[in-house]
Amino acid sequence: MWEYAPAPESRDIANLKPDYRMFVDGQFVEGGGEPLKTINPGTEEVLAEVSTAAPADVDKAVKAARRAYDRVWGRMPGSERAKYIFRIARLVQERSRELAVLESLDNGKPIKESRDVDVPTAAAHFFYHAGWADKLGHAGYGPDPKPLGVAGQVIPWNFPLLMAAWKIAPALACGNTVVLKPAETTPLSALVLAEIIQQADLPPGVVNILPGAGDVGAAVVSHPDVDKVAFTGSTDVGKVIQRQLAGTGKKLTLELGGKAANIVFDDAPLDQAVEGIVNGIFFNQGHVCCAGSRLLVQESVAEELLEKLRVRVSTLRVGDPLDKNTDIGAINSREQLTRIEELTASGEAEGAQRWTSSCPLPDKGFYFAPTVFSNVSQAMRIAREEIFGPVLSVLTFRTPDEAVAKANNTPYGLSAGIWTEKGSRILWAAQKMRAGVVWANTFNRFDPTAPFGGYQESGFGREGGRTGLEAYLDV
Amino acid sequence: MAATSTAPSLPPALADAVRDDASLRRFLHGLPGVDQVGVEQRAAGLGTRSIKKAAKLWAIDTAISMVDLTTLEGADTHGKVRSLAAKARRPDPERPDVPKVAAVCVYPDMVATAVGELRGTGINVASVATAFPSGRSSLPVKLADTAFAVEAGASEIDMVIDRGAFLSGRYGQVFDEIVQVKHACGDAHLKVILETGELATYDNVRRASWLALLAGGDFIKTSTGKVTPAATLPVTHVMLQAVRDWHTQTGDLRGVKPAGGIRSTKDAIRYLVAVHEVAGPEWLTPDLFRFGASTLLNDLLMQRRTQLEGHYSGPDYVTVD
Repeated sequence: MWEYAPAPESRDIANLKPDYRMFVDGQFVEGGGEPLKTINPGTEEVLAEVSTAAPADVDKAVKAARRAYDRVWGRMPGSERAKYIFRIARLVQERSRELAVLESLDNGKPIKESRDVDVPTAAAHFFYHAGWADKLGHAGYGPDPKPLGVAGQVIPWNFPLLMAAWKIAPALACGNTVVLKPAETTPLSALVLAEIIQQADLPPGVVNILPGAGDVGAAVVSHPDVDKVAFTGSTDVGKVIQRQLAGTGKKLTLELGGKAANIVFDDAPLDQAVEGIVNGIFFNQGHVCCAGSRLLVQESVAEELLEKLRVRVSTLRVGDPLDKNTDIGAINSREQLTRIEELTASGEAEGAQRWTSSCPLPDKGFYFAPTVFSNVSQAMRIAREEIFGPVLSVLTFRTPDEAVAKANNTPYGLSAGIWTEKGSRILWAAQKMRAGVVWANTFNRFDPTAPFGGYQESGFGREGGRTGLEAYLDV
Repeated sequence: MAATSTAPSLPPALADAVRDDASLRRFLHGLPGVDQVGVEQRAAGLGTRSIKKAAKLWAIDTAISMVDLTTLEGADTHGKVRSLAAKARRPDPERPDVPKVAAVCVYPDMVATAVGELRGTGINVASVATAFPSGRSSLPVKLADTAFAVEAGASEIDMVIDRGAFLSGRYGQVFDEIVQVKHACGDAHLKVILETGELATYDNVRRASWLALLAGGDFIKTSTGKVTPAATLPVTHVMLQAVRDWHTQTGDLRGVKPAGGIRSTKDAIRYLVAVHEVAGPEWLTPDLFRFGASTLLNDLLMQRRTQLEGHYSGPDYVTVD
């Protein structure tokens, strides 16, 4: 039998330092908060100590951002801003290996994903938005749309660098300044992005990065001098923020949870549908808000498709995130692992049929073998709640109308997938889908030119594309 | 379909598919489609597997043992075939532990020479037949071509399908030809060349694969090597998926042979990864997977030395035959 030899990327490439500090007004400074230790979820070892922000630091950062906005960035011509953003994009590319390894160490995602998806897409977002900076008058928001001011941004742990890029690039392109809080468990790549921002010679205060827990995020979004809030994370926190901001006049965009349906019709290209299902739910360990966590498959092909799916999932390699052949890395934290275990237990208790890949798991670190539940009904928790892990719930349908009804039967509405070789059915189903992003015969494709965002409890506002600029303009 | 053709015994569901021309068409057109973007993405994704150290050495030796060392030139001579046979027996004269190749592949008139050189070595002699490479001749000529190669001692026949008939939807005709060539092969193994470069779409590749499997082909082979593009990774993915599905439905194991354009060890390893992860580990044997190649072998030998000796020595240290 052919065993692939270990092919680990060297962790030295990450240039890991023993401690990291927050980035305020162009300087790396010690924060007043309790320092946090960030760990490698693949091994449970401590990677580095990171200083966090106290309330006074948040105030200092917002003041710095305001100053930078008033004096430099807000009045700088777009063509000049573009030069800085292009510089950031090129530096992200230059340091891409370092960023990829660091991201995999801190987050647990496989190196092939951080290398081939996260980092290149992050660079692409800076490139794309740099191009907009001097063309905002042609974006459809009037001849000379104005920025909003200071943007307070809070991002999640599933795509630490990519989410920072999604947030920072459009804000800067439109002329805003930024105070960003990375997730508590994954602060490192955002702080290396801060180094890049320093290297790119951005004026002090244009971008400020404040690590910390939820309290820091709360302080950032509720700071009276913040004009715009952008949050990506859980629906619960999103609701708290929305409540807090009501009546303040702050502009808000939220990108929250999801429970996306991947609908496979009986005339689908089955082998590629299997690939799309695998990509939809096992990409990034399923830590994807737009993950295709509910598979809706037409009864006439369900058995064949599920058999193919199990065979395919059995080939997924779970293990060391730094190994270049790893398909599924580590779950980001013990807390998240516990939640996945709890929800899968509820699936079994509620009578769904569980199948779990027999792949070997490492002894240390947080790992969860890819799991597929069949015989799932809409009433079960695993069909309604976001699991945010490598767990797929399979439901079946008989008619296209039933598929659409089941797909839309969720409080969320972030993404959906449609698999059929019939073009008219794609268009019909896409129109019926209450989801911000609909993929046809593919899944989890991201591009800076395509707007991304949700319906209902998945949030509002769009990121990316021309539409995404609106969130950072006074229109 | 011609009543003369004795189709191989098939499970009931599939036997129905080959009952007549119309059922065959319904069956082939009822196969799930292949999404081009999806299959190419999957092939590119699997192409990033990083195969190192012992796994690489194993892959190199396995790839060597899967090579159908090929010469198919108008300018071929008996001398050329003899030296190719010598290369097949001992690919690296300085290293007797290098496995021998699977087969030597020649034109029918060279079969006798190759058989003479390879007797007792366990290396098969494969011959192209059926008006290779175009397949543009009458059925009797194609059958005579096959019989000539088999009588000269070929143990494997690489036939070409009639792409013209396939593309104009005369599936029954293609099926009958394969069945009759298979019959003419006797005990010789039959590889059916689809010439995927001329079939143009992945849907066609899947249909042609099934057609060849239904008609009794032991192997499905991508290309003649005379048409561009020859073998590609995504096409091979589709064919590997076909033999895997065939196995699921019938329990029977059939082989795949990409041919043409695979020149480097890196490429060969990408194909082996596809075999391993798309078809399955049981296909990692020369009985079920072959490379149709002429220059690949020397690169495999050079990379094998690099693995064992720790440095690269260059093309002058392997034999050119």
